[in-house]
Amino acid sequence: MTRTATRWLGAAALVATAATVWLGLWVTPPDRVQGDLARLVYLHPALAWVSLYLAFGLAALSSLLYLWRRTRSLFWDRLAASSVEVGVVFTALTLVTGSIWGRPTWGVWWTWDARLTSTALLLVLFLGYLALRRVPADPAVRARRCAVAALVAFVDVPIVHFSVVWWQTLHQGATVLDPGLKLKIHGSMAWTLLLGFVAFTLVFAWMLAVRYRIEVLSDAVGDQELDVSLEERWAEADPPATGAAPVGHQLGHEGVLSPPVPVAPPEPTGTPR
Amino acid sequence: MWRDALLVAGKDLRIELRSRVAVWQVLPFALLCLVLFAFALGPGPGPLRAAAPGLFWLAVLFSTVLATQRSFAIESGEGLRDGLRLSGLDPAGVFLGKAAAVGAQLFVLEVVLWAGIALLFGVRIHSFWLAGLSAVLATIGLASAGVIYGALSAGLRVRETLLPLLVLPIVAPVLLAASRAWAGALTGAVGAGTDWLRILGPFAVVYVTVGILLYGPLLEAG
Repeated sequence: MTRTATRWLGAAALVATAATVWLGLWVTPPDRVQGDLARLVYLHPALAWVSLYLAFGLAALSSLLYLWRRTRSLFWDRLAASSVEVGVVFTALTLVTGSIWGRPTWGVWWTWDARLTSTALLLVLFLGYLALRRVPADPAVRARRCAVAALVAFVDVPIVHFSVVWWQTLHQGATVLDPGLKLKIHGSMAWTLLLGFVAFTLVFAWMLAVRYRIEVLSDAVGDQELDVSLEERWAEADPPATGAAPVGHQLGHEGVLSPPVPVAPPEPTGTPR
Repeated sequence: MWRDALLVAGKDLRIELRSRVAVWQVLPFALLCLVLFAFALGPGPGPLRAAAPGLFWLAVLFSTVLATQRSFAIESGEGLRDGLRLSGLDPAGVFLGKAAAVGAQLFVLEVVLWAGIALLFGVRIHSFWLAGLSAVLATIGLASAGVIYGALSAGLRVRETLLPLLVLPIVAPVLLAASRAWAGALTGAVGAGTDWLRILGPFAVVYVTVGILLYGPLLEAG
């Protein structure tokens, strides 16, 4: 994705989010039962949709595509990593908004409800993925390792879900995908809800594009860092062609002024790190 | 595949039998967990008895992390992993063998721990088949998930801290289901306990399959 396209995407995300905020806070009426609290409905399910389905689904898919030999390319690895990182942020936000909603409605910040518990476990699972990702390694090795970790974590999701569903559950069933949607949410509220989904999907796409770019750049830095430092060191070692012998005050490696002694050219063999 | 699995399992178990690290370190650690749980919950038999299934499986979970770490520590010597890769053994076989070795050790550990909770917490098993079956399924799941992540973090400098973070959330459903199944087996509420086999069974199947499929790329990545 080009930088211009990313900028347009960011602008679209900003506009959609602003529209959601405006519709959600000022245009739509408060809920009959929950009052203003119900306005969280424009936020919380959309965040959950992005994190739980979009981000982690995309991460699993790209990890699979990376592991499959025919489609193996670092593109999929970077996409998976970016997707997980953004997904973790959205999952954390889902939990936080859910908790804020839960305190007044259920009377507790946290309850061992099935969806809460499985979402929290999912967060920890993918935090593990990010921790693994931070372990320095050759890009290809790291990619394969992380792809396996993502898939292993992903197949755990349904099992985690079913195991905690069998605990007693407080959380309401699916609201949005319910066939009786029209009966439950009317007019401006339904539109705002829908817009919220679009807005957060756009935000996700934008963050993903930016994060992907950072990933590419940081890999490039990793590749070039050593070459650049080596060149600098070599340049230090070679006396300037026209100048005199390198005697006199010199800035040492740590920026410390070294004493005026005749300096032998430093050995260029060691890695400068 | 099966022959390779037997070879690898035999090798790991022989090393364990000779080095006795599992016997002298992992097993005492698990028993120590039981004693510490008792300190945390107080000496009265009520809370300890109620929590016994959960504490039992928590001790098993912690020991799984240790056993997996140990299983890969024996291959951490210079060039040993390369040797394993060059040996021409089927990666799926290597996975099954290592998982079987870890599983066998865990199973022995569970038997000792069961004696431990019977003695220390005063609980008794009412339904041996439910306790046994759920223990076997849970052990298969724990060993395979553990070995997958063990291979993943083998050779990394941060493996000691990384492995628990990776493994424990994955096996959380096993802790949940196995504790409930054992609660059923201990109290005699067999019906409620049997339900949880429907989590333990698929978990074991899924992770054995995932291990067989993905162990090849993992060994390459080492």
